[in-house]
Amino acid sequence: MISNLRAVRAIYMFEMSRTARTLLQSIVSPVLSTSLYFIVFGAAIGSRISEIDGVPYGAFIVPGLIMLLLLTQSVANASFGIYFPRFTGTIYEILSAPVSYGEIVLGYVGAAATKSVILGLIVLATAGVFVPLRIAHPVWMLAFLVLTAVTFSLLGFIIGIWAEGFERLQLVPLLVITPLTFLGGTFYSISVLPPPWQTVALFNPVVYLISGFRWSFFETADVHVGVSLAMTLLFLGLCLAGIAWIFRTGYRLKA
Amino acid sequence: MSTMIAIKGLSKTYDTGFQALKTIDLDIRRGEIFALLGPNGAGKTTLISIVCGIVRASTGAVTVDGHDIVSGYRAARSLIGLVPQELKTDAFESVWDTVSFSRGLFGKPKNPAYIEKVLRELALWDKKDSKIMTLSGGMKRRVLIAKALSHEPRVLFLDEPTAGVDVELRKTMWDVVRALRDAGVTIILTTHYIEEAEEMADRIGVIDKGEIILVEDKATLMRDLGRKQLTLNLNRRLDAVPDALAAHALTLAEDGKALVYSYDTQGEHIGIAALLQDLSRAGLEFHDLHTTQSSLEDIFVDLVRQRR
Repeated sequence: MISNLRAVRAIYMFEMSRTARTLLQSIVSPVLSTSLYFIVFGAAIGSRISEIDGVPYGAFIVPGLIMLLLLTQSVANASFGIYFPRFTGTIYEILSAPVSYGEIVLGYVGAAATKSVILGLIVLATAGVFVPLRIAHPVWMLAFLVLTAVTFSLLGFIIGIWAEGFERLQLVPLLVITPLTFLGGTFYSISVLPPPWQTVALFNPVVYLISGFRWSFFETADVHVGVSLAMTLLFLGLCLAGIAWIFRTGYRLKA
Repeated sequence: MSTMIAIKGLSKTYDTGFQALKTIDLDIRRGEIFALLGPNGAGKTTLISIVCGIVRASTGAVTVDGHDIVSGYRAARSLIGLVPQELKTDAFESVWDTVSFSRGLFGKPKNPAYIEKVLRELALWDKKDSKIMTLSGGMKRRVLIAKALSHEPRVLFLDEPTAGVDVELRKTMWDVVRALRDAGVTIILTTHYIEEAEEMADRIGVIDKGEIILVEDKATLMRDLGRKQLTLNLNRRLDAVPDALAAHALTLAEDGKALVYSYDTQGEHIGIAALLQDLSRAGLEFHDLHTTQSSLEDIFVDLVRQRR
């Protein structure tokens, strides 16, 4: 399935050089907007909020904010990466090249996920400037970071194939990802919600991502870390199935 | 000459229900320049797109150098370079980067010396560090050709390569195409400029409404279908072809001052000598004469019109 590594490398480097070329909007602006969250919610308002599960509020929101960034950036970057060649027509070259579908996905999704992980780590370092941080399980933290970046880059790839205009490209991140993340416990533990809403929250997949990621920092979680991991893997599997279907049917790629 | 591309029973009906290709059977020979002619919407681009893997065939099979384009897509596609009809290029990448990208995509190891050679041949070397968006249309066309040649293909598809291209570039392109053919590359081109096919092609196929209606060596085609016309400019006006000349299939020009005689250059009885004798016997004098040979364009237009 994966044998044309030069092609994977070509696509990957093409995408990474696009990131490097647009460094300001790619890196600086998400870091800046996340820093603003730290200042407003962490430092300014957070100082008036009591600890949650024994974690100061400023530190408590760090994993959630990184997840928020990871999710939106993975989706935005991967969807744009595959949508743009469809829009300009240069996709003809990818389709006529001796590359497998796995290689195409590896190149595009690999690059998008790499960028998200780098961003996540930059924001993590930035957070360390504002609030004292400790990471209880660095390996698990990295694992959740990479797994989430890959999963949502796959979702972004699907959106980039599905979208038939730039506004649709914005639609899912704006109308789905951002609300789910805000309601998924970025700024609070879902245990503070009234009981019926706690149940509703469990239908939000982002709850599991944030909960697992937060556990790797503070060993406190809304749901068991094993459940978080299982749900993340489940979502990864769904995205892979979606992509397999796209390539099998040629959906919006091949007439 | 062995077969490079074998197309058997190929058809394509799009999801919209539009049948772009009926049943296509076509063999492209190794090392030839094959020109595919046809009016707009005849199915030229669909045919090329299927061979290159951009469009799925509804039925039928294609092999490229013996490799099936579906089950052996890697081997088949790595042999093929495609220059699309429309100027589909990146915008922000440099010429060098986009051409190197294509080479990598086709699984070939880096070879800066080869990329340099291609860019120089196409007069792109000066522009190698320019962003593609800053280039003119003709330059972008060259970039697409460079991308197609970047991985040293054995088969090159040129889909309307000279649409909207100036004379100088057209000459450069044909020099490149000839050099490729001399190096053994099989070339398939579609064009609206029939003089190009006439000048370049070894064989010509005509496609219309999704069907191949003719495949022939260019020379044979020109000979078989080539008709000549002899025009005699008369000294005085005629109202009708004189009875004495009725045996010859003559037509009178609209102004009555010229007689036009059509004949087949391959015909056993051309009849020009007899015509001229009868002409002087009838006392008709002419002050000038000229002959014209039908071009491939005339042949093509005739062929397609017959089917309308």
